[in-house]
Amino acid sequence: MIAVALSDYWVQTAIKTGVVLAVIPTAALILGYVFLLKMMSHMQSRLGPMEAGPHGLLQLVADGLKFIQKEDLFPDRADRFVFAAAPLVVLCSTFLLYVVVPAGPTLIVEDLSTGVFYALAVSSISVLGVLMAGWASANKYSLMGGLRAAGQLIAYELPMVLAVVGVVIQAGTLSLQGIVTSQANGEIFGIGLIGNPFILTQFVGFAIFLMATQAELTQPPFDMPVAESEIVGGYQVEYTGFRFLIFFIGEFGTAFVFAGIAATLFLGGWYVPGLDLDGGFLSNLIGPGVLFAKIMLVAFLIFWVRFTYPRLREDQLQTFAWKYLIPISLLNILATAVLKVVL
Amino acid sequence: MSELLRAYLTVVVFLAAAGMLVGVSLGMGRLLRPKRPSAQKAMTYESGVDPVGSIFGQSQVRYYIFALLFVMFDVEAVFIFPWALGLEVYGVFGLVEMTIFIVILALGLLYAWRKGVLRWV
Repeated sequence: MIAVALSDYWVQTAIKTGVVLAVIPTAALILGYVFLLKMMSHMQSRLGPMEAGPHGLLQLVADGLKFIQKEDLFPDRADRFVFAAAPLVVLCSTFLLYVVVPAGPTLIVEDLSTGVFYALAVSSISVLGVLMAGWASANKYSLMGGLRAAGQLIAYELPMVLAVVGVVIQAGTLSLQGIVTSQANGEIFGIGLIGNPFILTQFVGFAIFLMATQAELTQPPFDMPVAESEIVGGYQVEYTGFRFLIFFIGEFGTAFVFAGIAATLFLGGWYVPGLDLDGGFLSNLIGPGVLFAKIMLVAFLIFWVRFTYPRLREDQLQTFAWKYLIPISLLNILATAVLKVVL
Repeated sequence: MSELLRAYLTVVVFLAAAGMLVGVSLGMGRLLRPKRPSAQKAMTYESGVDPVGSIFGQSQVRYYIFALLFVMFDVEAVFIFPWALGLEVYGVFGLVEMTIFIVILALGLLYAWRKGVLRWV
């Protein structure tokens, strides 16, 4: 009996691992193609890559094939072990984030009871990878980029954590599946027609969460750590070929899953009114599609900002986090708590 | 094995999967990529000119004071999460307690602000 259950677990885990192994590169390709190549080009009145595949669809696949054929270079002063391990650490952080995001009533890798807290914790592992890359490259640009990244990531970690607390207060649970359920069962002034997506009450939290996500992904306007015009790519400068590509997959895979977490926390996740919350076949079929649509919506916002605003200076960046976002998110927590207790 | 531990076993499996993805793709690349090392290629990149001075360059770390502030507020977050979960049970008592806690921390931030710690020097 125990042996059967164990094999059952391993079979399930193997399937889940396989699915996520397929989802992460696909997510990076979709975000890279739809937003980075096409949306940016069209916003700037140009076409972008058009040659590889219909409408340039296979451009990133071609890029990947190119990267895999590039020579694997180590700078001779680099700390070889740490240099090689750094991209792996960043990718590990991305993989671990996919564990807790639900795509349907039973479509979740593990519904950890620490849910969103776990997600915030593993997302900061990538800071270690970035610092390792920056230091081990033995390059001045890399070192500066790594330090800038560390300074930025810890400054924006706090607003992100504090913005989530408002949602946790409202939902009364940390589990992402529980947060979806409580939004689906919520009521707006006694009317339970569309549930209660937390963006309606936590719009301040949603805005802060998105800005902090932008900074955690080191995307413009928060791209001081990789600013190509001053430190030539920062901590990535000595990486070539596939090791560089792993950083790219990590960044876009993380963008995808962060958009998924934002969609789950604030937009109702995989649920739309009319779906069965308790694991019907239909919910598991439609849920991933709904979640994907919401992810693309949030990702659109993230990339829209990316292509619109100029880079912030380092001091503006720290000021923005410490003097604006953190006090506002503290006020948001207090206001949410008062309303929760009073109402 | 309990349900809780088994859930975290999956987390470990995912770590291994990330390692496997990196290992397999780099291994596959080994079959395809050239290997012609030269001293020029292994030289540290410094915008095309020869690297100047010690490779492990020194840099002013302006961030350590922010890191100290971060530790303070991160510990705060650890206390806030359990409180946020149980707010319905604690009611007004919990609300008043946490308001005092947050106000004290906000005062700490205000003090750092007035002292000029948040200024970029």
